[in-house]
Amino acid sequence: MKNNMKPRQKRFVFIAVVVAGVALAVGLVLYALKGNVNLYFTPTQIFNNEAPHGRSFRIGGLVQEGSVKREPDGLTVSFVITDTHKSIPVVYKGILPDLFKEGKSVVVQGKVEAGGVMRAEEVLAKHDENYMPAEAADALKKAEAANAADKAALSASAPVAVPVAK
Amino acid sequence: MAINWFKYAAPTTFYGLAGKMIPWFAVSAALLFCAGLYIGFFVAPVDAQQGEFYRIIFIHVPTSILSMFLYLIMAGYAALGLVFNTRLSSMMASAIAPTGALFAFISLWTGALWGKPMWGAWWMWDARLTSELILLFLYLGFIALHASIDDPRRADRAAALLAIVGSVNVPIIYFSVQWWNTLHQGSTIKFSGTTMHVVMQQALLIMLLACWSYAFAVVLARVRSIILERERNTTWITQIPGVAEFPEAKR
Repeated sequence: MKNNMKPRQKRFVFIAVVVAGVALAVGLVLYALKGNVNLYFTPTQIFNNEAPHGRSFRIGGLVQEGSVKREPDGLTVSFVITDTHKSIPVVYKGILPDLFKEGKSVVVQGKVEAGGVMRAEEVLAKHDENYMPAEAADALKKAEAANAADKAALSASAPVAVPVAK
Repeated sequence: MAINWFKYAAPTTFYGLAGKMIPWFAVSAALLFCAGLYIGFFVAPVDAQQGEFYRIIFIHVPTSILSMFLYLIMAGYAALGLVFNTRLSSMMASAIAPTGALFAFISLWTGALWGKPMWGAWWMWDARLTSELILLFLYLGFIALHASIDDPRRADRAAALLAIVGSVNVPIIYFSVQWWNTLHQGSTIKFSGTTMHVVMQQALLIMLLACWSYAFAVVLARVRSIILERERNTTWITQIPGVAEFPEAKR
């Protein structure tokens, strides 16, 4: 460091060095804790043996369409949680949050038992960051369905027909 | 004619300027809060997924944004005070801290109220929630550290260092939902735009402006009190109409 710096320049350099040092230290700590800061494991990570054995942890993913089954006692629910690559069956006895729905995200805490079934202690719903009125959501769904239908029709009828406005 | 930027860096002149600005910010805050809350709670449509519960976003998101921005502004003023030894900068940092702490608290509180009906939990130790809690503790730590040292100039320096070091936490809060998997959803308002319904967007923007106006009004009022308190031994203070009557001013 030059000795002919003004005191305020020295103080500025001091602050810059402190901030850079702290940022580096925090960055390294967070990098080291990478896996532990994550709130949940994905089903793929569990299949890769990254999740802890014999103790409770959380899985996050989508509730597979058509997988939710309610037992006759009215409280026990079983469903499959998936990240569209791998999936884990879950059994839960308790009250589900209102937003729990097939095809939507959930975070489940529990232990994986022998046979690869997770016995859940807590089921939390995770919602996305999109906010829209019901009509807009319906329109979006219809447009998606129409696109899928167009695609199916397109692949079925080669050569490609020019789409006509209905 | 060149504008003398340093003119308003002196508490003497800033005291008067702040006094003139407060009513404008206070009135616009009141009007914007009324408009924002009305549009948010009565005009904006019901959300397809979350029903009426999503409406807490109109308080939760603006207060969260303010809690982070105010921290950066506070740290900026603290750094200016430390580097240039300007009295007003340190006073501004001390004036911002309680308002920032209030916004951080409201953000956590409304978040809990939103989390219980939607997620099914008041609190979860995920990266977003935990880093916002640390932000609240940083604000409280700044206030406590400043209050614990009797000499205000030394208190300024110690608290400034805490504020500057703590600013590392702000980007962590913002990016936490991208860097780690969390229960908290991602950002609705991104740098690349937003997917939100237009009326919801307007309500959110008005509430954000309302929070900013409120923050300006309150911080300026608080910095005026701090100026009066800390400059009480100067002659200019005793010449302010209404101040000279107080016996404390003559000490």
